[in-house]
Amino acid sequence: MELKIKYFGQIAEVTQQEEESLEFSGVLISELIEQLYEKYTPLKNKDFQIAQNQELVTLETQVSGNEIALLPPFAGG
Amino acid sequence: MNNRYNRHIILSEIGQEGQDKISKAKVLVIGAGGLGCPVLQYLTAAGIGTIGIVDFDVVEISNLQRQVLFGTSSLGKNKAEAAKKRLEDLNEAISIIAYPEKLTHKNAIGLFNQYDIIVDGSDNFATRYLVNDASIITNKPLVFGSIYKFEGQVSVFNYNNGPSYRCLFPSPPEKGTVPNCSEIGVLGVLPGIIGSMQANEVLKIILGLGKALSGELLCYNALNNKTTTLKFNKSESKIDTVLSKKKNFHTYHIDEFCEVDNHIISIKEVVDQANIQTIDVREAHETPKIENLEVTAIPLSELEQSIDKIDSEKQKAIFCQSGIRSKKAVSILKTLEITNCYSIIEGALEIKSYLKEQHKVLSDER
Repeated sequence: MELKIKYFGQIAEVTQQEEESLEFSGVLISELIEQLYEKYTPLKNKDFQIAQNQELVTLETQVSGNEIALLPPFAGG
Repeated sequence: MNNRYNRHIILSEIGQEGQDKISKAKVLVIGAGGLGCPVLQYLTAAGIGTIGIVDFDVVEISNLQRQVLFGTSSLGKNKAEAAKKRLEDLNEAISIIAYPEKLTHKNAIGLFNQYDIIVDGSDNFATRYLVNDASIITNKPLVFGSIYKFEGQVSVFNYNNGPSYRCLFPSPPEKGTVPNCSEIGVLGVLPGIIGSMQANEVLKIILGLGKALSGELLCYNALNNKTTTLKFNKSESKIDTVLSKKKNFHTYHIDEFCEVDNHIISIKEVVDQANIQTIDVREAHETPKIENLEVTAIPLSELEQSIDKIDSEKQKAIFCQSGIRSKKAVSILKTLEITNCYSIIEGALEIKSYLKEQHKVLSDER
């Protein structure tokens, strides 16, 4: 299936884009993250949470939506 | 009749009744920096009855690009005190208390208990987790805002039994991996936007107006004006862990409480150490098997039931197929209070080929 992946903050700096379309044939969010780790190795060193269709999910969640977001924490003030 | 709040009072949604609620409210603002300044400015103008300002830092020339309460006459002065001075000119009818000190585990609970709502305008993860945890323990709503370059995040935590910061980001990222404004820069107007959103949430909570950003994280991008709102749920276990530290909260040290649990190491560091237990959290059927290194196999699905296999005396280096499950294992072990755990960044295949290479070098030398 084709997924729309959105990147925020430092994650968008690693991927050098704020969103992209990606072909995904797996089942779980963890498989999608593995696919992204392969595409963008420095992601492995970044902390982020994952949202699917605007809701936070875990690695064990099944990919069912079409929009995935990778969200890093910010501390600046 | 005092005309100052007329534009609030003539709003049927607020009225004199709402304005009275505002004047009875007590709000504590952590940090009088980029976010704190607009928050304080609008809350003071709105007539919040009591405003506390915690900041140990002094005003520097590089702050003036975005910290709009200060001028050149404030340079070198404590931020909490300089802000108080400016705000008293803005509204003399309210009570403003400056705390020119660092927020710590020792003073947080006592301070938070004196206020109704906490606003986080701090600039580092250690303080943010401290503010969150102290808000949970004192059961105060927390209006959160944070910024990175051209992007901001806003949310409301611990509101009406809602989720907290730890339900969104369970633990702080590794030290030094997320730069702050002083290291990487920030668009000056961005904290103005995000801080104003925080002030708006404070007023909504006090007035019971609209829908607070509880269980939602608003992400704002100043460059394309896009806002994205992401929903997240409460994690009872994360909240319980914080509550379990209530009794001894004052004894924690800031770095200790904000302990980094996403420790990552490389297989290259693992092989050099003697006092280390290497753990494979893959399921039994997964390949390749690792040779040339002593490995304890504990599949992730059995980890919590198998902690007797873990050597408490040693450092733990955990790996899996790609580095995802090993990270997860480290955070599971942390919740079980097993410390000194590290996730190996390489996956099994890379580990195997590295060890093979090392073994070959050693054999050749012999």
